[in-house]
Amino acid sequence: MKTMSYREAVRDAIAESMRASDEVFIMGEDIAEMGGSMGVTQGLLDEFGATRVRNTPISEMAIVGAGIGAAMQGMRPIVEIMYEDFITLSLEQIVNQAAKHRFMSGGQLKVPMVIRTQGGAGWSPGAQHAQQLEAWLVHVPGLKVVFPSTPADVRGLLWSSIYDDNPVVFFEHRLLYPIKDEVPEKLEPIPLGKARVIREGTDVTVIATGPLVHRALKAAEEAEADGISVEVVDPRTLQPLDEDGLVESVKKTNRCVVAHEAVTRMGFGAEVVAVLQEKAFDYLDAPIQRVGAKFAPLAFAPAMEQFVVPGPQDVLDAIRKTVAKA
Amino acid sequence: MSKTEKKRILTEDRLREFLREMLLIRRFEEKVEERFRAGELPGFLHVAIGQEAVAVGVCAAMADGDVFGSTHRAHGHTLARGTHPNAVMAELYGKMEGCSHGYGGSMHLYDVERGNLGANAVVGGGIPAMVGAGLAFSMRDEPRVAIAFFGDGATNTGTFHESLNLAQLWKTRTVFVCENNTWAESTPGWQHSPVWDDMSKRAVAFDMHSIKVNGQDVEEVFEKATEALEIARSGVGPVFLDVETFRMHGHYIGDPQVYRAKEDRDEAAERDPIVRLREILQVTSEEWAALEAEVKEIVDVSVEFAKNGTDPQPEDALKNIYA
Repeated sequence: MKTMSYREAVRDAIAESMRASDEVFIMGEDIAEMGGSMGVTQGLLDEFGATRVRNTPISEMAIVGAGIGAAMQGMRPIVEIMYEDFITLSLEQIVNQAAKHRFMSGGQLKVPMVIRTQGGAGWSPGAQHAQQLEAWLVHVPGLKVVFPSTPADVRGLLWSSIYDDNPVVFFEHRLLYPIKDEVPEKLEPIPLGKARVIREGTDVTVIATGPLVHRALKAAEEAEADGISVEVVDPRTLQPLDEDGLVESVKKTNRCVVAHEAVTRMGFGAEVVAVLQEKAFDYLDAPIQRVGAKFAPLAFAPAMEQFVVPGPQDVLDAIRKTVAKA
Repeated sequence: MSKTEKKRILTEDRLREFLREMLLIRRFEEKVEERFRAGELPGFLHVAIGQEAVAVGVCAAMADGDVFGSTHRAHGHTLARGTHPNAVMAELYGKMEGCSHGYGGSMHLYDVERGNLGANAVVGGGIPAMVGAGLAFSMRDEPRVAIAFFGDGATNTGTFHESLNLAQLWKTRTVFVCENNTWAESTPGWQHSPVWDDMSKRAVAFDMHSIKVNGQDVEEVFEKATEALEIARSGVGPVFLDVETFRMHGHYIGDPQVYRAKEDRDEAAERDPIVRLREILQVTSEEWAALEAEVKEIVDVSVEFAKNGTDPQPEDALKNIYA
């Protein structure tokens, strides 16, 4: 094992795949000389050159669309959308084109591409640079959606996404980039569609994504002091969803909290709750609690932003509710 | 250039083949209109009657390995590139023998083996993929070209502008075929674009080489498309084909065209590319009758083929979502 930051792990997966396959290339805004606005692609231009590490104009529709065309012709493009909020500009290409070419052609085409993007609150970027929009994408048949929370997971899952033959929307989180953790010495692919138990427990399962995995771990430590044993499960891939993995944990603990940074209402967590009531209703000893952002755009002032976005205390409160109602 | 000089470009046999192909597309689409009105075809359809010379001329200029993306008005492009009329008609009937196996319909005709990467029902939506396909050819230094068909209406979409910019910037092996029939659905060019009567000005903004084409003259379309494809294939950059053409019918089958003056329809009818070529070739009435009979047979067979095709099982709707 060795240690890597989440940022380094993303870069490593990109670089390793580009070393392994000529058909992998990356394009996006400011990704070449600058190394990306989050510094993820630093050094790639030097190693792979400007043909495979392509700075693009600010044209989210065209760069996603160009990725689609290149993918249909045998390449494996990685398209970086600088901020998750800007993915809205390319949604037509993602939703109507990338997700549907295979289907509309009756299986003649495939579109093996990765659309990497990042977002997340916690640094006062305001309402247009921090949204969590994964729920928009998991609703579209034909797309796969991945949202890893640790360096080891992001490395192995990005590799698998690049080599998947479908369009994959790959969410990273700004606050996770500096997080360091152990990763395998050599990159080990992680299959899409498999949840991971991050922390084992017996009293309540917290199903969390992205930064909420880490906030749930903090909450779990505090709950432990109160004698509550918390299991934290990260679906890692949101589409396809490892329903069995989530159900298995809830059948063991009989209580559940779902937690994400995106707005709670109509969120990804609502789908998880629906799956659990369909498949584990008889095992539940308490209503499932949801943790997410309040229904508001993200305000600029830190006091307002922190009020809207869920933190460890929100997860802890939800854990206590499920136990109290038992 | 006079008509006799033009004849030196293509043999009379080749031109007669073009005439046959255009007539096949025309009669095929007329049959589609008829069968749609008879209630046999689900969904809704758009014909390109009047624009056959663009499809035939451009597709004839393509080489094996070239690819294209089409629009909601795709029957002509698809037939002209060699997809069997049976496969196209079967698709319109929603049969598994269709060129998209019943998953696409009129607005999503595919035939990947022949380079048809899909007809697109979002105006402008298919353009950027042809930039990407052309980029792949450039990156691998393959002498192939990706052709994007679209209409004048699409030139007002963001994807169009972003795509031309990116293609010219990266010198992708792409040819943009703007079929300017001066109608964006029911909205005339003068209401939707400040340069509706000279679309090449769009290309000028991106420093892109553009070529003006009379889209009713199949020989000229073939000649200019060949030139455009050669340029793009060489890797020096994309080309914009500014094709003036005429939509003789409505936006969709059944469109009463209440928005369109009779004079405009008459002008379109006068510019019929098939009548034009028939006159140039001085086709005799006997020859014409034979040609009509040959084409009618092919179209009638395609309808029979389609009607006898296999209906998909309802649960097939859940297949082909993921690779």
